[in-house]
Amino acid sequence: MKKYILSGMFVIFLIASFYFNLSYGKSMGNNFWIFFKEMITFLPFMFILVGLFDVWFPREKVEKHIGKQSGIKGTVWVILLAMLQAGPLYGAFPVTYLLWKKGCSIKNIFIYLGAFSTLKIPMLTFEIGFLGLRFSLLRTVVTLPVFILIGKIMEMYLRDKKFEVKQPLLEKRRM
Amino acid sequence: MFLGLLPTVLNVLILVSIFLFLIPQETIIRLLGKNSGALGMMIAAVIGSISLIPAFISYPLASILIKSGVSYRVVAIFITTLLMVGVLTLPIEAKFFGLKVSIMRNTLSFIGALVIGLIIGIFL
Repeated sequence: MKKYILSGMFVIFLIASFYFNLSYGKSMGNNFWIFFKEMITFLPFMFILVGLFDVWFPREKVEKHIGKQSGIKGTVWVILLAMLQAGPLYGAFPVTYLLWKKGCSIKNIFIYLGAFSTLKIPMLTFEIGFLGLRFSLLRTVVTLPVFILIGKIMEMYLRDKKFEVKQPLLEKRRM
Repeated sequence: MFLGLLPTVLNVLILVSIFLFLIPQETIIRLLGKNSGALGMMIAAVIGSISLIPAFISYPLASILIKSGVSYRVVAIFITTLLMVGVLTLPIEAKFFGLKVSIMRNTLSFIGALVIGLIIGIFL
């Protein structure tokens, strides 16, 4: 219930400003209504899409292919794996530990992080819905080489150093 | 899932509504619009780096920003830094990769976001 405090105050403020005929309340309410309408028409549709993707492409199926493979094939699989997931960036760190344990290269670990943060399919559906296919495609095409380059730079720098991915969470969490 | 997100979504929409009312559109266009230059890019990159806004909220927000006159270049930088750079989550990241490596990844991502924005700005 606490989470709705701001919403409640806003509603009271809007009612009051309509009652007393205050122009700034009306203007804010107008802003809010336009955004809310857009949101409420898009969001449920997207959640259905996200759910469908989850069923169609189980993560385990893709994970299988990222053994000790390196080179372009491994990179492609790592990107595919990252694209099928959801959640914030810090949710990806525990997964990089698993990849590291499975023999994933340094380059692919950072490529995974890049793909996870920018190319998740559930997120792309939102992006296309709100910003258009053109923007989304362009951003994907431009972003891909950038984080592959970041992965290469990280590997070049860390190759001769004692780099390892640690798992700081003592108890094993479901990922 | 949808109902769980609703309060967050509503709060962001309310704050944006108030914010856009308080800051005149001319100011937004001047700071973040097509002719905003390096300052607009830096504002977007810094805000994107330090905020923790979930992606599904950042897109409606970005669409509102574009309708208010913010350029695609600035929006692309904001979204990319939001996604790839995490200043507030740096302590978590450091536990996995070490502080030095984490700072390096975030710095490279920050620079990368600016490059991505510049390239997108050429086309849109």
